Amino acid sequence: MASTLYEKLWQQHVIEEKADETPLIYVDRHLIHEVTSPQAFANLKFHNRVLRHPERTIATMDHNISTRSIEINAAGEGAANQLRTLEKNCKEFGIELFGMGHKNQGIVHVMGPELGLTLPGTVIVCGDSHTATHGAFGALAFGIGTSEVEHVFATQTLRQTKAKTMKIEVKGQVAPGISAKDIILAIIGKTGSAGATGYVVEYCGEAIERLSMEERMTVCNMSIEFGAKAGLIAPDATTFDYLKDKEYAPKGAVWQQAVNDWQALKSDAEATFDSYLTLDAKEIKTQVTWGTTPGQVTQVDSVVPSPEDFTDPVEKESCLAALKYMGLTAGTKITDIAINKVFIGSCTNSRIEDLRAAAAIAKGKKVSASVDAIVVPGSYRVKEQAEAEGLAQTFIDAGFEWRLPGCSMCLGMNDDVLTEGDRCASTSNRNFEGRQGRGSRTHLVSPELAAASAIAGHFVDLTQLNQQTQGA
Amino acid sequence: MEKFNQHSGLVVPLDAANVDTDQIIPKQFLQKTTRIGFGQHLFHDWRYLDNAGHQANPDFILNQPQYQGASILLTGENFGCGSSREHAPWALQEYGFKVIIASSFADIFYANCINIGILPIILSEEIITELFQQAKTSPQHFSVDLATKTVNTAHSKFHFELAPFHQYCLENGVDSVGWTLNKLSKIESYEAQMPAWQ
Repeated sequence: MASTLYEKLWQQHVIEEKADETPLIYVDRHLIHEVTSPQAFANLKFHNRVLRHPERTIATMDHNISTRSIEINAAGEGAANQLRTLEKNCKEFGIELFGMGHKNQGIVHVMGPELGLTLPGTVIVCGDSHTATHGAFGALAFGIGTSEVEHVFATQTLRQTKAKTMKIEVKGQVAPGISAKDIILAIIGKTGSAGATGYVVEYCGEAIERLSMEERMTVCNMSIEFGAKAGLIAPDATTFDYLKDKEYAPKGAVWQQAVNDWQALKSDAEATFDSYLTLDAKEIKTQVTWGTTPGQVTQVDSVVPSPEDFTDPVEKESCLAALKYMGLTAGTKITDIAINKVFIGSCTNSRIEDLRAAAAIAKGKKVSASVDAIVVPGSYRVKEQAEAEGLAQTFIDAGFEWRLPGCSMCLGMNDDVLTEGDRCASTSNRNFEGRQGRGSRTHLVSPELAAASAIAGHFVDLTQLNQQTQGA
Repeated sequence: MEKFNQHSGLVVPLDAANVDTDQIIPKQFLQKTTRIGFGQHLFHDWRYLDNAGHQANPDFILNQPQYQGASILLTGENFGCGSSREHAPWALQEYGFKVIIASSFADIFYANCINIGILPIILSEEIITELFQQAKTSPQHFSVDLATKTVNTAHSKFHFELAPFHQYCLENGVDSVGWTLNKLSKIESYEAQMPAWQ
């Protein structure tokens, strides 16, 4: 029978599927960090249980660390306590930890792929909703709660209800200057913030196939922002080339066997999905969110919508509430919205290609006097590479702050927070009320648009910017 | 985990869609290493006018006198979206909520509720609209019976669906880790046949 990629991954990982029990599936890789693991470790100890596969578990520090110092104490008392607790737990249970200043440290969803810990055909979980990122490799990857973290610790398995399947095809090629972030925001704009709840989404089509691994990760990363359990992209030569010789990837004959097996990881041509969505790549424009959910998004050359534009009463009400919170008036041109903060970073957009794209815009320019802009690389490896390529210096010369790796202002668990009324162009993934700081206003954008907005002090139409640059 | 069989309680109607877990428990309260101490910070930015949490916001529904002691949360679609933080259901539970009724929940949040013994009930949008009308007219008590999977209000009775295993776990307060550990031989058999790269 023809199967989708998800169904193949599911079949390969089901341990037990009974009528009266939620199916039990195997977990190949468990990534952990300081915020959602301590209570799981505590329960494990309370019940005097062993951690079944420490070698399948990898820890990093990312969520609440300082981006100004590698000292644990620099993160503040509460964070420092969590970081020390993670250190202690990893030592006690024999888990490899990439702690403060370690060459492998980084945001969990940046670190895993770049080290080759993320492999096609595996099930990867983490106590973080952006675990969907790893689906870019054809891995079934999803976020879990702390009780589930504990379940994985003790059993290396999880109980999961089988999801429905959705195929999202992006046909043709995007226009020059359109990023992976624009593709995924455009998709979310079409589905709405809960359009894929209960589904595992597979992204396909020419525009997806042409993406690099970094770009594919940006797309899959935001799967959760429209409710999907996970996002998937079938692995191909791009995937295998990226992974070959990575530190934790298989080597030699095992690598050959792996690639052989991975080549079968695609949806069969005759496979049917429960739902379909098709986009025309050439119609995708530069995206900017205007509201307080990622689905409240529009094109940069457009205007802030009005509640009257929505027929659904819930959307109408949400628009009204969002405009109030965001301090925006319907009909305002997006390019007339002034910003005073810029954040380039997060598990969505802090990889080397993101920094290259932003630096290309910033090169030789100056950040507007009315804007504070920070660049936070996703990992120490990204940081080193960006410094070696001169990107860091480009940012510094342009007036951006160049920080140490971490989750930083994406969720503001450390001191990288916005204050009330701040308006931020952010390359992160959530524009929820208060996400980056109480009363702060977040607009989700691509790294290119974040950099251009930092320089202009407001959103800019990148196509016009390019024309101006070419004309000058 | 505490067993759940029946519950009767005061309903608070929180009429908002897409309530995310950042809103349920903001990030500055996630720096604990225990499962307790989150209830006082539930809905912090909506519930308090100040950052310290001293000044209650009188407009926020949870602060209104007629809803004190509420244990059933009636709310809008896609409740619990966003971050996977289990701190969100921990905060709801510590505040006193035992049941959450909505037309839809985010997947991770739903699983987290089941895992800690909160009953998430999904009802159709039409029924949710009717329940909001009832609960907004005057404070209501609903009773929920898990064995028959029904919600009883003063005016009506509604059936809801729940996966059989979720129902079993809630009714018996099952330790899900212990349950799975009883199947260790199956896990070992699975591991024995895995390819080398996996």
